[in-house]
Amino acid sequence: MTDTFDPRKPDAEQPIEKPRSPAAEAWSMFRRNHAAVVGLIVLTIILAIALFGPILYPEDPFMMVWTPFSPPGEQGYLFGTDYLGRDIMALMIHGARVSITVGLAAAFVTVTIGITVGALAGFFRGFIEEALMRLTEFFQVLPTLLFSMVIVALFGASLPMITLAIGLVSWPAVARVTRSEFLRIRELEYVTAARSGGVRNGRLIFSVILPNAAPPIIVQAALMVGSAILFEAGLSFLGLTDPNVASWGQIIGSNRPYILDASYTVTVPGLAIFVTVLAISLVGDGLNDALNPKLRAR
Amino acid sequence: MSLLEIKNLSVRFRVKRAWGKSSYLHAVDDVSLSVPRGQTLALVGESGSGKTTAALAAARLVPAAGGSVMLGDTDLLKLEGEALRQARARVQVIFQDPYSSLNPRLRAGAIVREPMDALGTPDKPDRDARVAELFAQVGLRPEQRALFPHQFSGGQRQRIGIARALATSPDLIVCDEAVSALDVAVQAQILNLLRRLQTDLGLTYLFISHDLGVVQHMSDRVAVMYMGRIVEEADRIALFSNPQHPYTQALLAAVPSVERAKRSGVKMTGEAPDPLNPPPGCMFASRCPKVQPSCKASPPPLDAQAPDHRVACFFPGE
Amino acid sequence: MSLLTVENLRIELALRSGPAPVIDDLSLTLEAGKTLSFVGESGCGKSMTALAIMGLLPDVGRVAHGTIRFDGEELTTLPDTRLREIRGNDISMIFQEPMTSLNPVYTVGEQIAEVLRRHKGMSQRDAWTRAIDLLDSVRIPNAKSRVSAYPHEMSGGQRQRVMIAMALSCAPKLIIADEPTTALDVTVQAQIFELLRDLARDTGTALILITHDMGAVAEMADDVVVMYAGRAAEVGPVDAILKDPRHPYTQGLISCVPHLKADPTAARHDLTEIPGIVPPLSSFGTDSCLFASRCAHAHDRCLSARPKAFACPAGQFAACWLEADG
Repeated sequence: MTDTFDPRKPDAEQPIEKPRSPAAEAWSMFRRNHAAVVGLIVLTIILAIALFGPILYPEDPFMMVWTPFSPPGEQGYLFGTDYLGRDIMALMIHGARVSITVGLAAAFVTVTIGITVGALAGFFRGFIEEALMRLTEFFQVLPTLLFSMVIVALFGASLPMITLAIGLVSWPAVARVTRSEFLRIRELEYVTAARSGGVRNGRLIFSVILPNAAPPIIVQAALMVGSAILFEAGLSFLGLTDPNVASWGQIIGSNRPYILDASYTVTVPGLAIFVTVLAISLVGDGLNDALNPKLRAR
Repeated sequence: MSLLEIKNLSVRFRVKRAWGKSSYLHAVDDVSLSVPRGQTLALVGESGSGKTTAALAAARLVPAAGGSVMLGDTDLLKLEGEALRQARARVQVIFQDPYSSLNPRLRAGAIVREPMDALGTPDKPDRDARVAELFAQVGLRPEQRALFPHQFSGGQRQRIGIARALATSPDLIVCDEAVSALDVAVQAQILNLLRRLQTDLGLTYLFISHDLGVVQHMSDRVAVMYMGRIVEEADRIALFSNPQHPYTQALLAAVPSVERAKRSGVKMTGEAPDPLNPPPGCMFASRCPKVQPSCKASPPPLDAQAPDHRVACFFPGE
Repeated sequence: MSLLTVENLRIELALRSGPAPVIDDLSLTLEAGKTLSFVGESGCGKSMTALAIMGLLPDVGRVAHGTIRFDGEELTTLPDTRLREIRGNDISMIFQEPMTSLNPVYTVGEQIAEVLRRHKGMSQRDAWTRAIDLLDSVRIPNAKSRVSAYPHEMSGGQRQRVMIAMALSCAPKLIIADEPTTALDVTVQAQIFELLRDLARDTGTALILITHDMGAVAEMADDVVVMYAGRAAEVGPVDAILKDPRHPYTQGLISCVPHLKADPTAARHDLTEIPGIVPPLSSFGTDSCLFASRCAHAHDRCLSARPKAFACPAGQFAACWLEADG
């Protein structure tokens, strides 16, 4: 609201507000959630480490550099070395790339499948909706860990396959959110107005309804990145992973036998996963505040 | 010669019941109406009377179950695909809720432009000028095109909705309770605007409202609907000065008046029947003050009582 | 002594730009058995007045000045526990949307009986019998069986009757109805109005009716407060104000509505417009007439000083400088 209303002037001369885009509004709401801002800062640091870490710290993560199980700080190795004498710091930086890439890619797969299924089901109703929702329910009742283990076991434990497996078991939640948003929004008058204005179905789905359905989907997608990182860590811990790369989960998994003697070898990657997922959750929570029009009243 | 000629229009909704059974709700039942070019036909009735559904079905925004909707020489109900999409330019709607009728993610200018972009008229270079012209016509300032809907007041939003409805230069505009969500002072502004636009542009309105004062002010002809059917249809003056159907009489008597006049004796009692399980006779029988046993046997036909005055009642008049 | 006396009430809302008077210098009296109506556009402080009387101001609001005396007690300084007692027993409220005001998972009988047990200490059996009586008194047909109905099984008009029955359950001295018929059809509105009128006559309950509809005011009220931007523009008996409105805002409110005319053949002129909209809350504290920007008669004095309430010949008070000049 502008505070410069002047009762002395006739209405036509009152100042009009500056155009404020929904994105600018969202950002000002996001900023008010301090935890989310902290989360965003932490997340930015982690992303920066994943992106630029190998340049700033060009140590080969798979090289034996020092005596195995040397504690943190020894010989200048910040997090010490693992059971093969590899630099845990280098492994962590490498692992950040792997874990975050898997998280983002899996979330992308999840959202792509989820939005497509949910949007079609919510927009077209009738037989298409019935069929797609039964399919969604089928995927939803599969035990997720078991199903993804089967996929990885059948098609090989490569990173793309692991990503796909995570995406395949996670999309029903996104599909349900998308469908319910579509069901709500397609009945709103501005959608009817667009139909009455001759807007084609494709544009109606992707340019009219989807942008308005986006907020809860974006929040879901953000949280999905966190849960995909956890999921990948779980699979790696069980040994279902590509042996040529080291994710955070895999670092924990491979050092598991030495948890009592050299606890730092699992604590460091464990903390990294915890902090990253927490940061993502906080950001997701902030996005929820920022994109929820009901909270934007004042 | 009428611009719009609706004949025997019906709309049914399937309602799911327990155990996979379903039944039909006859939201609009055998409705026939005609609107001369340049005039306003008001559809009046309470919530659930089917007035909005009937109008949206005529505009092909709700699927019709039967009948015909002739706009000039075209039967809108027979059009499909691209022909239907192109024909949409000729019928536009002004919606009730100034909050949900504008896409919150588009700027006001883009909202008004949307139908032009979708239908490709006028030619691309002329569209910006057309948006500016429409903004001026509905009393908005040109610099407001860059604002988003939430930056406007309710009345201004409704003006944007009107500009959008005018964008394709339609033959017919459906005003669906276009002022009932607005504050009284703003309502007057919008009603005056709609009347001015009708005079200036020769518009034809299908005007849906539950407010009889507004209808009396805006319409040339009036059709009163009750539970999906037309119960009375007449010239404005005939309907307001000499209402024939007891439902119309009760509606008129129920309107509070600043003149503090005593109400006339027509009062409704009882409850409306279940629309999923309608009675065989007159739908209004359960609430009618002068119901007779014969009313419950078969539905009264919509007959002409006088030239140009149709009433669906076995015992019309006083 | 009057049932309700409000004097120089000022309620401030804490905005980001500072406190703004959402109600400013409001005074009124209401006698038992009478009906007082607040009328005005949305954003003029009608509902806020009701909330202040109920002691239900939002967290950002506070009574900055003035008194609210109800039945011999000063409400603005009462402790919360006593206010809650008054709210349950002596003042009841009816809201606009009867669907959201009722709990969908309990039958209407259970909800009415709950109020009776909590506030009147009735036994379950007595409360249930009384609930049936109350539904009967608000003219719900076949109350004995409808008492076990859930809110969604009733029509909008019936739900509003249930709300009225709940409001009546403790025999309050004052009922505040905030746009009670806005969501209802006109024929149902007529029935609800008739019911409220009969109840006021039979039980001596006073009624505050908040509405935007001058027609409803004419039908229901004895006195009226025309609110504009948190201030009373015109206060007085309904007859005087409708016959001879003195404040340009009141005149506008009456003439901008296309009222149903007795003679439909009369010429239909354009409606009187009140241009523009209610000013934003942040400007409510300005020392000028807040209506000046929309007023056809505004002159220099309207912009430089806030008009006082002047007594008019017909018996009402109008806060307008034109009135001061005769």
